[in-house]
Amino acid sequence: MTPTTTTPDRPRSYSSPLPSPRPHLGHALASEWTKLISIRSTLWTLGALVLTVVGVGMLFVSQTSDRDYESISFTTPALFGLMVGQVAVMVLGVLTISSEHATGLVRTTFTAAPDRFRVLTAKYLVFSVTAFTVTALSVFVVGIAASLAHGGAAAGAHTADEWLGAAAGCLYVTLLGVLALAIGALVRHSAGAIAVMLGVVTLPPVLGAMLIVWEAVAPIGREILQRNVPVALSQLFGMQEGGDLGAAPSNFSNVLILVLITGATVAASYVMVGRRDV
Amino acid sequence: MIELDGLTKRFGAKTAVDNLSFQVKPGLVTGFLGPNGAGKSTTMRMMLDLDNPTSGAVRIYGKRYRELREPLKHVGALLDAKAMHGGRSAYNNLLCLAQSNGIPQRRVAEVLDLVGLAPVARKKSKGFSLGMGQRLGIASALLGDPQILMFDEPVNGLDPEGILWIRNLMKGLAAEGRTIFVSSHLMSEMALTADHLIVIGQGRLLADTSMADFIHQNSRSFVRMRSPQLEQLKDVLHEAGIAPVGVPDGGALEIDGVGAEQLGELAARHRIVLHELSPQRASLEEAFMRMTADSVEYHAHAPGAPGAAIDNPARPADVPAWGAGFDAADSTRKGGR
Ligand SMILES: Nc1ncnc2c1ncn2[C@@H]1O[C@H](COP(=O)(O)OP(=O)(O)OP(=O)(O)O)[C@@H](O)[C@H]1O
Ligand SMILES: [Mg+2]
Repeated sequence: MTPTTTTPDRPRSYSSPLPSPRPHLGHALASEWTKLISIRSTLWTLGALVLTVVGVGMLFVSQTSDRDYESISFTTPALFGLMVGQVAVMVLGVLTISSEHATGLVRTTFTAAPDRFRVLTAKYLVFSVTAFTVTALSVFVVGIAASLAHGGAAAGAHTADEWLGAAAGCLYVTLLGVLALAIGALVRHSAGAIAVMLGVVTLPPVLGAMLIVWEAVAPIGREILQRNVPVALSQLFGMQEGGDLGAAPSNFSNVLILVLITGATVAASYVMVGRRDV
Repeated sequence: MIELDGLTKRFGAKTAVDNLSFQVKPGLVTGFLGPNGAGKSTTMRMMLDLDNPTSGAVRIYGKRYRELREPLKHVGALLDAKAMHGGRSAYNNLLCLAQSNGIPQRRVAEVLDLVGLAPVARKKSKGFSLGMGQRLGIASALLGDPQILMFDEPVNGLDPEGILWIRNLMKGLAAEGRTIFVSSHLMSEMALTADHLIVIGQGRLLADTSMADFIHQNSRSFVRMRSPQLEQLKDVLHEAGIAPVGVPDGGALEIDGVGAEQLGELAARHRIVLHELSPQRASLEEAFMRMTADSVEYHAHAPGAPGAAIDNPARPADVPAWGAGFDAADSTRKGGR
């Protein structure tokens, strides 16, 4: 019926003629890049980012005069769209990892690449470089349009600092995306991780406003109001908030806070992904 | 060569895999059999280092899976055919995997061709039928042209043609010297495919034997004869010293230990008309059910009477009815992954 286990002429090992380089991070990066560009949601999220930043920015540029730029940067018009567009960056960050868990693809991925840290590193790198590039391009298109259209004498003096600030702003949004990816890796559910990220962005201003009314914790409330995401981003794009809260924290300290939070979450994601059952 | 050594996995209070030790040898198709919830998939996930064992270890050519340098070249696995991103084309789904191991791009087209998916290579895998999805999963397992192939219930949901295709594929791969490890809960399917058999129930090893031995020990073979001259036939057999072992229903005789050729010639010599002369084998499925009877995890309840025997004449007497012992602890299994 079936051949017995003692078939004599059957080879006992198999060697493939395929070339077999030893896989390294470069292979993981190529793989993650293919994953990113071969799904529709990348197009949707990044398309939404470009459209809101450039669309709203251009509208603002067309409705302003040279004189308006006396008190704001040429990059400020990009801020309004980016306030909305940052959500797209965070969604893409979450989906980069949570979609693999939703489909079960993560098992296939980790079978092909059992070095989970390498896979995760490749995801962080591919995502952050892509997110930063697209954000920066959209922002600078708007900034350059503003400086070309309204660069007259009435706009006053403008320095290179505002461009650096905008670059830092793009980095800030990218960090939010990286934080979203890390939370996606920890939570493993798209909706859950996106909800957490929306909370991170929208809750602090509300919370700060509540706390500041309550005498005992008013200083904490003030601190939160000065350091939350929308405020930090506005500042990086040349919009100073009203001064009734006292001297605003520096751009550097705002970015540093996000770097620390993101760094800690990313570290946690490595620990969890490394030892969890998938 | 895969070696399991005291492999154990607990999920909370539930022991899914219980001190499993066995070897999977190259050049053979090894069938991994067990009823639902026996721990087959969990064992396979631990073999691939996807789940961490509570204790024990798996070695693949002496190494842990994580230590394999070119994983896809050593091991190809189909755990779940749905584990692909539906929004990606079949080609891109495989391309990501190939790139992660530095496998040349032409190999992607090759395996798609091999499994017959070349015409739909650029279609989103979301729209694939069950069989096409299964083929895509098999293509991903074959991508690295590996020495070891693991398939978790590859024939689930396939039509007869697909089942035949997989059966031949696995035999062909084993004949090339590869190690094939395939799980199933169908003994009849394994009997046609596997050379070696590992049976587990409730996570414990129940049998580790060659398929031939298993068949030899567990299947009674006999010849069924049917004739309009039944009485005459009985006399002739009696004269020849052959005693029928069973007379199952009207007009048929079952004879053990004498070949169909001899019986046919005997009948011809006495000019007895035969309506049937067929070699038969008692079902291996029965042997499997008997073996795993005590460890069946999910018993169905008979309507109206939980635990009551379902009237099923085909069921061997010593197999408890489905419904004999539903294990309430199993309902705690985490859903949705
Ligand atoms: N992640 C998990 N958490 C909790 N329990 C689990 C988990 N995975 C598996 N189990 C339990 O472990 C046992 C073995 O499950 P497993 O999926 O390995 O069985 P199986 O032999 O593959 O079954 P089937 O033939 O139905 O696929 C089951 O009782 C199941 O409920
Ligand atoms: Mg299973």
